[in-house]
Amino acid sequence: MAAITTRQRTGWTVANFVVAVYALIPVLWLVSLSLKDKSTFTDGHFIPRKWTFENYVNIFKVGGFTQPLINSIGIAIISTVIAIVLGTFAAYAIARLEFPGKRLMLGASLLIAMFPQVSLVTPMFQIERSIGLFNTWPGLILPYITFTLPLTIYTLSAFLREIPWELEKAAKMDGATPFQAFRQVIVPLAMPGVVTTAILAFIQCWNDFVFAISLTSSNRARTAPAAISFFTGASQFEDPVGSIMAAAVVITIPIIIFVLIFQRRIVSGLTSGAVKG
Amino acid sequence: MTDSGETSKPRDTSRADVRTADGAVATAGGAAAVRAGRRPAISEGKRSERRLGWLLCLPAAVVMVVVTIYPIVYAVLLSLQRADLRFPDDRKWIGLSNYVTVLTNSFWWHAFAITMIVTVVSVAFELVLGMALAMIMHRTLVGRGLVRTLALIPYGIVTVVAAYGWQYAWTPGYGYIAHVLGGNSAPLTEQIPAIGIIILAEIWKTTPFMALLLMAGLAIVPDDLQRAASMDGATTWQRFTQVTLPLMKPAILVALLFRTLDAVRVYDNIYVLTNGAQGTSSLSILTYHNLIGGLNLGIGSTMSILMFITVAIIAFIFIKGFGTAAPGTDTTGRR
Repeated sequence: MAAITTRQRTGWTVANFVVAVYALIPVLWLVSLSLKDKSTFTDGHFIPRKWTFENYVNIFKVGGFTQPLINSIGIAIISTVIAIVLGTFAAYAIARLEFPGKRLMLGASLLIAMFPQVSLVTPMFQIERSIGLFNTWPGLILPYITFTLPLTIYTLSAFLREIPWELEKAAKMDGATPFQAFRQVIVPLAMPGVVTTAILAFIQCWNDFVFAISLTSSNRARTAPAAISFFTGASQFEDPVGSIMAAAVVITIPIIIFVLIFQRRIVSGLTSGAVKG
Repeated sequence: MTDSGETSKPRDTSRADVRTADGAVATAGGAAAVRAGRRPAISEGKRSERRLGWLLCLPAAVVMVVVTIYPIVYAVLLSLQRADLRFPDDRKWIGLSNYVTVLTNSFWWHAFAITMIVTVVSVAFELVLGMALAMIMHRTLVGRGLVRTLALIPYGIVTVVAAYGWQYAWTPGYGYIAHVLGGNSAPLTEQIPAIGIIILAEIWKTTPFMALLLMAGLAIVPDDLQRAASMDGATTWQRFTQVTLPLMKPAILVALLFRTLDAVRVYDNIYVLTNGAQGTSSLSILTYHNLIGGLNLGIGSTMSILMFITVAIIAFIFIKGFGTAAPGTDTTGRR
């Protein structure tokens, strides 16, 4: 690539700065609310005048936030992994293979993505009660897999169509079975698309509120977003907003870590997708 | 794990449904066989390709069907009944009259209008902003990793909590925006400003979602094609509209489609910001209030089904509009 001119550098720095401001101002406001001392909570200043970490201590000591956090991490990771594996299989078939029923599969998954989730919650609650899945990890993992699958299948099949499939043909010519060609040639090439999708799926599971609140009843399976809605403050007479904000900041950190780890792969991967011959 | 053991029961009940799906598939396959009948037998390769296709789709299909079939059927059946938990004995089949009730109700159409406004405005802004953001994330020469991570943070924040943040920001006496605006104006208590704030919160929150999907699409556009176009004298704008955009069609379709599906069902933001007060109720809020708050399962389910139909129509238009860029169409995306 040609050397970067000063003008380009300035231009991109400005653009980056605009993005950062756009993304961060509301986030910093949440952080600010979480750090404000009770006496200054309602002063309307963007930067706290009196700082305190009390809220952060409270959510773990009084609010019992640790268990919901563990639940959230476990449930989101398991759901994402399963959804990505199943979704990749299906997306590969849709993008690459000729078989009747392809449109049915795409159509059906889109229909599932479209159904209003509020109306699915009550019957799901009844089923889960009767088969003992209510308030368990699998009781949330199953719906999460189901509702991340449509996006997974769509994104991945759009992505997989663009991969240099000649390589697969070459592998088959060398005597690989279709499954070997899939596992050893295509999976590594597809990694960046898979990672993009995984980030979206993970965030979708992580942020779910409707299912989490309806299909759990205790900290055994309750996820962090649902647990937040039960915060009452350090004592029941206290405004819980400081605690809510502190919890919000805490549950955003895993997302940031997740994205930080995986965005590199999107970068390199997607570029390598572009250099196909 | 315990998972499979505990779910064995619904899997059994749903086996019939899976079989119907298989049945449909089998008929389609049969038709193909009849067509192929003129030339004797399909090749072994074709047949194994077909088998592999079904095999790979099966697990995803089974999970989706098992988890959703009962709730969806349940909602459809309820929408045909008078089912009001306040009068449990008065439950009976009433055909389509719930639909008549909802469709002749002005609250429904009001919420419909609000939902459409929120959807159209926020998705339009998100597409443009998301494209700009994707360009920056894709092309920036300085601090790329950092910018990408920062840009995705809004999408990573739990919607309900972000909505609380916005609510406080705009509430007089609490928030910095209200502080800057001064006075005692409380925009969340007036209809039009409140809708504006809802849209703003939506845009801020989900633009990164658009941007990430569009960035994946951008990366597919080969650099040499861009270079060739610029050598032929195309301006930056021409390169964008005539080279980049057409190649990104599949990515744009997926991003627009899923974002619109989500936007039509907008719930969390409105729930926290106004809870539907001051005429800012969306279809989801109205449905929720009927289903859970009002305990009127029949009407609530009818609303769900109508929302579903609305979304289905929108999705259909998108997919038709994008033609062969849609996944699953016969021409492959390779150029």
